[in-house]
Amino acid sequence: MTGADELLLRELTPAVIGVLVRRGVDFATAEDAVQEALLQAALSWPDGRPADPRGWLVTVAWRKFLDAHRSEVSRRAREQRVEDEPPPGPAETVDDTLALFFLCAHPSLTPASAVALTLRAVGGLTTRQIAAAYLVPEATMAQRISRAKRTVADVRFDRPGDPATVRRVLYLVFNEGYTGDVDLAAEAIRLTRELAGRARDEETAGLLALMLLHHARRPARTRGDGILVPLPEQDRSRWDTALIAEGVGILQAALARDRLGEFQAQAAIAALHADAPRAEETDWPQIVGWYDELLRITGSPVVALNRAVAVGEADGAAAGLAALSDVDPGLPRYAAASAHLHEKAGDLAAAARLYADAARSAPTVPERRHLTGQAARVGQALRT
Amino acid sequence: MAKYLLLKHYRGAPKGVNDVPMDQWTPQEVEDHIRYMNDFAARLEGTGEYVDGQALSPEGTFVRFDGEGRPPVTDGPFAETKDLIAGWMIIDVESYDRALALAGELSAAPGAGGEPIHEWLELRPLMGTPPTVTE
Repeated sequence: MTGADELLLRELTPAVIGVLVRRGVDFATAEDAVQEALLQAALSWPDGRPADPRGWLVTVAWRKFLDAHRSEVSRRAREQRVEDEPPPGPAETVDDTLALFFLCAHPSLTPASAVALTLRAVGGLTTRQIAAAYLVPEATMAQRISRAKRTVADVRFDRPGDPATVRRVLYLVFNEGYTGDVDLAAEAIRLTRELAGRARDEETAGLLALMLLHHARRPARTRGDGILVPLPEQDRSRWDTALIAEGVGILQAALARDRLGEFQAQAAIAALHADAPRAEETDWPQIVGWYDELLRITGSPVVALNRAVAVGEADGAAAGLAALSDVDPGLPRYAAASAHLHEKAGDLAAAARLYADAARSAPTVPERRHLTGQAARVGQALRT
Repeated sequence: MAKYLLLKHYRGAPKGVNDVPMDQWTPQEVEDHIRYMNDFAARLEGTGEYVDGQALSPEGTFVRFDGEGRPPVTDGPFAETKDLIAGWMIIDVESYDRALALAGELSAAPGAGGEPIHEWLELRPLMGTPPTVTE
């Protein structure tokens, strides 16, 4: 199975599920049948990709559905209706991908269930791949997916949904990072492109721009040994300029329509970082302006924390510490931000202590390593 | 989603309410206790929240390097060390509150007299992966 074949199968998945649903198969059963067809494709396509891949998948998935249906002990009245294969008609060419997006991000699902269902039904990933990406056993992920399917069993498939719920799910997938053999960040970008092509709204464009701009910096974000490289120290020649240009273009087109939202504001901040050829050329005053917008839109304490750091860069450490005094000290990464601002203000003793505190409470191993290194560096400066 | 470790202690946790050592239970009480634990794990697998669970033998050995070309030094077990882990369960749940609720439920496993043992379980977050979007 080549990578191109695998990608094509994943791209075709939502459309094929849509065809079966339009033929009267319920979503959960259709999704299972299409997964079976994907497995069969993985076995037989290496001998030669069929001339009409989508038609092939529809035919095989339909047969899988009929087989499963016939083998059920309780034959329902519906069976007679589906025995006769419906003639291909207009239904076969309708694109139901958007409807699937809405279904898989339905508000009745928990975030984790929505993520799992989206990756499988819209993304075409196998349960095994999703389980590996989220570091849980396959049996656990299988249960999560089948429960999610039961939860949305009665949701009308063709009801318009809320793109905001879909965006939240895709953002969660993107933010999961780069564990496992499936690149969730790349997968989130692929699915967000699909969504942006179908739901033309500024915030989806903003989310896509945000993802592209962050993805562009990925080669510079970690050293070979897994140590995090903070933004100011990143080797900017390793940023992907094509991705940055694309992200900035998408963002500018969205901002021009003057319907600002949180993802556009976040993307604007990412774009300003990407714009600076060197860290010291970063336009911090403009970044603070975008944080003000973001704070107005979301009221999020995490945004307030990041804003305080930006204020420290734009107006000096004292102003940053003043902005920090309004922020909840219980937030994750508060100590790290406070340490940075204290060091900037020249209070090395407080900075060393705060970096050590931040390292102890770091939520991830790479951050703990980085902060421990900062504490060691400042501690050494204190002693010399 | 966040992963948590539920730690059971042979020793080192505060005393539970119904604190009769397991070797003084009736065989039926032992069996009921184990069934409760297994049912709990099976239910979490069904809800898509179970990651792993293992029991540890109480007998352990301390080992340390003793210089190039020399065999490692072993010592212990140390009866006086305060902490002795009995086993763990790792769960992957939607929230901290859900983790608390599940830990409370596991602590209600039956013991002597068929009554809940109310043992103290330690709940520890696993360190996650860094988010993609940081600034």
